Amino acid sequence: MLTKKVKSRVYLISLILVSISIALFFILRSLNNNILYFKTPSDIKLEKTVNYNKIRIGGMVKKNSLKIDSEEIEFTVTDFKNELIVSYRGTVPNLFSEGKGVVAEGVLSDKNFFIADRILAKHDEEYMPPELKDLLKDNVK
Amino acid sequence: MFDLINPSRVFSWIQKLINFINSIFFVVLMIALTFALIISPPDYLQSDSVRIMYVHVPSAWIALASFTAIAFFSVLSFIFKIKNLNLISKSIAPIGLLFTFLAIITGSLWGQPTWGTWWVWDARITSMVVLSFFYIILIVIHKLIEDEDKAYKAASIVAIIGSINIPIIKYSVDWWNTLHQPQSINLLKGTSSIHSSMLLPLMLMLLVLLLYCALIFLMKYKTEIIRIKKKNIKRL
Repeated sequence: MLTKKVKSRVYLISLILVSISIALFFILRSLNNNILYFKTPSDIKLEKTVNYNKIRIGGMVKKNSLKIDSEEIEFTVTDFKNELIVSYRGTVPNLFSEGKGVVAEGVLSDKNFFIADRILAKHDEEYMPPELKDLLKDNVK
Repeated sequence: MFDLINPSRVFSWIQKLINFINSIFFVVLMIALTFALIISPPDYLQSDSVRIMYVHVPSAWIALASFTAIAFFSVLSFIFKIKNLNLISKSIAPIGLLFTFLAIITGSLWGQPTWGTWWVWDARITSMVVLSFFYIILIVIHKLIEDEDKAYKAASIVAIIGSINIPIIKYSVDWWNTLHQPQSINLLKGTSSIHSSMLLPLMLMLLVLLLYCALIFLMKYKTEIIRIKKKNIKRL
């Protein structure tokens, strides 16, 4: 049923798709570090030398780690394996709170300490009404 | 078999479909908006800005689905040279662009109160911008290339190449760290981390936007068929 012309067009398309996919795979893999929007505390730990360039780190704000005084806020970012202490001066987004995701932009001052100049709140994929959240809280207690 | 999707046969159905959608559209829209804006609860964290999601998520779905459809039809039309599929692809492209822009704009409006920024270049958002470029190329090709057969061929190839971007958009939130949250609804597992009181308005809004897409598509498709018929008359 398939004529020779049809067959050759099928081959052409498959060839285009496969070759571009393979090329793209290697491009994306080699760019992996730039595509990552932020690094986790574990990524930082794995690096042999401390990178003093401007980077973004992200993770959860550790519960009970948030310290706010008149000029500075300090909190711990965790990915549940490793931790990083972040200090920041300025305003934070409304959704920034303990136990929630956060992305901080700034520089490392050493392997465990990060000075942020910008804080973004990371929202998770959960959506629920407030009453339900209160119920969940009660259950945890 | 392909006679069923022959333009002249389809033509008589189009107007009936358009009339039908027109007759129910307003009612469905009102129901969906009532659920989305009044009945559904605010989110525990984002409060009322969760309502942006009811437009944002369906728009993004439609943007991806449109391109998938265009790519699928392009493969078929490229291999079997079915002219009607080219017309369909050409009619879908502007809809896809519209909803890509809608998804990006509503996402930006949501990002400001939630993340604390209008715009970031993370993998999900960047790949959506790339998708909008592909749509723009598809639309511009028909304006720039005068020879119709060449234009359709070029558009097919662009769409087939662009289809590689679709899985990248879909899985960008799993493959890389992104500021954008991972997907809430998993169709394969059938799970959803969106509470049912918010899932209902989401699905209703999806229905509304799909009806709107169908309406715009049918109108555009109709004009394309009329254009071709007129051209053929001229040739005679």
